[in-house]
Amino acid sequence: MATKKLGFVIRTLPYKIEGSRLAMTHAISSQTVEIYLEDGDLVEPVVCFIGDGVLNCLKSQLAMKHYGITSLEQHVKNSLLLDLNVLICKEDVDRLGIKEDALIMDAEDIGGETNAKLVPYSEIQKAMESVDHLLFC
Amino acid sequence: MGKLTIGCFSSLVGSMSLDFAVKLSEAAVQKGHKVDLWVSGNGTMLSKSGQKAFKDYSALAKKVQELVATGNMQVTACEACAEARGYKKEDTMEGVKRFSMDWYLASTFSADRVLHIGGD
Repeated sequence: MATKKLGFVIRTLPYKIEGSRLAMTHAISSQTVEIYLEDGDLVEPVVCFIGDGVLNCLKSQLAMKHYGITSLEQHVKNSLLLDLNVLICKEDVDRLGIKEDALIMDAEDIGGETNAKLVPYSEIQKAMESVDHLLFC
Repeated sequence: MGKLTIGCFSSLVGSMSLDFAVKLSEAAVQKGHKVDLWVSGNGTMLSKSGQKAFKDYSALAKKVQELVATGNMQVTACEACAEARGYKKEDTMEGVKRFSMDWYLASTFSADRVLHIGGD
């Protein structure tokens, strides 16, 4: 029985390229990875938003209206619904003039019980140092 | 000998990241290592059959097939990413697999090193 930790570090803008969407869908796929592993083995992702990537966490995205696709807001909420550890870099949020109440911090509306964490970069650094593999997206 | 898992989202044409990923895979295979190459997003096009080599564009199909034929490299494409691009199962390059994203995470589980190229 073992657990491998993967750190998805999301730096890319929402909707400009597919990077942040793929990062979140890959992280979410950890929920079904057991079918390929031995009993008891797990893959545990942590999702970190840094730099321009914090913009993926803005509330009230209208992707379906404007692009006809699911929003990255929904992907963040799905991550929280599945109890993934979601960290958002406070310095980058401040740098962009974003207030905490403009960020997706929970998924209560869909039954989620886990909250995102707005943390200083030093905490994200610690998370990055604690994982087995880092995946920059 | 070790196992290297490489994931790449970058496109076959328009970026040199896949070229780098394939060259790195080749170097690893030549040193006796095993390589899993996961292609997702625009990167899935690396695994499509029927690619025509032009000198103006990256042409990696032949090299990928040579590496797969060694038995020390697996190339796997994201099924959903492929289907979203109109690339059907029957269009898959010989020797290449298609799975869902959890396959990639499972590959990282047993990898000694993971290199993920997440840009476009």
